[in-house]
Amino acid sequence: MWDTFNALNLAPFVLSFKLAALTTIILFVLALPFAWYLSQTHSKSKPFLEAITALPIVLPPSVLGFYILVVLSPNAAVGSFFEDLFGVKLVFSFTGLVVASCFYSLPFMVQPLQSGFESLNKHMLEASYLAGKSRLQTVLKVALPNIKPSLITALIITFAHTVGEFGVVLMIGGSIPGETKVASVAIYEMVEVMEYGTAHIYSAIMLLMSFIVLLMVYVFQHQQKKRGDFR
Amino acid sequence: MIDIKIQKNLHGSHGDMDLDVNMHIAQGEFIVLMGESGSGKTTLLRVMAGLEQAQGNVEVEGVTWLGSHKMLPPQQREIGFVFQDYALFDNMSVEENLHFVNDDKALAKQLLTMTQLSGLATRNVKGLSGGQKQRVSLCRAMMKKPKLLLMDEPLSALDPAMRENLKEEIRKLHKTFGTTTIMVSHDTDVSYHLADRVWVLDQGKVIADGSPKEIFVETHKVTYTLNT
Repeated sequence: MWDTFNALNLAPFVLSFKLAALTTIILFVLALPFAWYLSQTHSKSKPFLEAITALPIVLPPSVLGFYILVVLSPNAAVGSFFEDLFGVKLVFSFTGLVVASCFYSLPFMVQPLQSGFESLNKHMLEASYLAGKSRLQTVLKVALPNIKPSLITALIITFAHTVGEFGVVLMIGGSIPGETKVASVAIYEMVEVMEYGTAHIYSAIMLLMSFIVLLMVYVFQHQQKKRGDFR
Repeated sequence: MIDIKIQKNLHGSHGDMDLDVNMHIAQGEFIVLMGESGSGKTTLLRVMAGLEQAQGNVEVEGVTWLGSHKMLPPQQREIGFVFQDYALFDNMSVEENLHFVNDDKALAKQLLTMTQLSGLATRNVKGLSGGQKQRVSLCRAMMKKPKLLLMDEPLSALDPAMRENLKEEIRKLHKTFGTTTIMVSHDTDVSYHLADRVWVLDQGKVIADGSPKEIFVETHKVTYTLNT
């Protein structure tokens, strides 16, 4: 047992966390204006955009993975564009995983932010405009600080969801050690070759970390709610 | 001088109606806007503030805020707005709410002293009472040194004692800064104490315009206001 612990290769975990951290940062920057737009718009296209955003929740990861693979492959326009112009390969590479993860985790960033923004008092935002502040200043200095629970939920759930990603990662990245072999894929491979000891340890680490992350979210939300009741 | 000529179709609680207001306000005047709910009072204020679109012209001291091909955004209108529900920035302290509008620390201090809020300057606004919040909201609106102060039923959510205090503070601020003001209120007592002129809005039209005395005593056009 001790030997198994010593021989434990933590690279897949490091990779999983690197992927999740990058995805969370990129998605936050991209999803923030989008979630704000969705929360403020009365456009008829809103349900359409919301439905597209929510697709990764209901689609089998293999379907999502398949389409992303088709679009990002060097034979397709997008894939060849990136390869020719920047020399970046978007399939079976870490960069490809980041792109795929951004699609896969999109709703987990957009939805909490959007519902947070929608719950804000509209008059508060208008007061900021009347104070002479631009939309960007209003989002950053008034809206975001007042939706802290939603913001924390969006960031943590996006991170956790990306760590827990399996199907899409497998289809886009395969299992290249140190490049695309994330923790969930490593566990799958260990089970396949019947290395149950290591699979147990890896799974237990994932289970524990996921639980701690979720516990943090709920404890934080509970505290915020209590503080809110106090006013 | 403020010239207001506004037309807007409204879908109110009593079906469709046209907001059609054509009025002039002298500088420094205090107007109390009365009328039944759904008569278009809030919409009129929101159009003045640039928060809602409308047709017509609004000209404030020679500057066009609303014209046939122009609608100045709220950011560029020199407006102070007091909402019925305070609409304070909950993530900020009392003084941060004021400094957010304008970094004039001396003005903020003066306003907080005038409204007896100095002791609460560093407190988060979430912990304040309704009356205190509305005073912060009033101070915040004054931070821009607005050409026009708009107040949408600032007293209606407060208990009678608070209302009396705030009424006095509104009067004091108006006397000190001489800001042209339009305030929506249902309260005849408030109108008597604060208004230079009272406008009564009914179905989107101003049906009475005069001093509080003319409106409440010498005419009987607006009997309902005496009952509210």
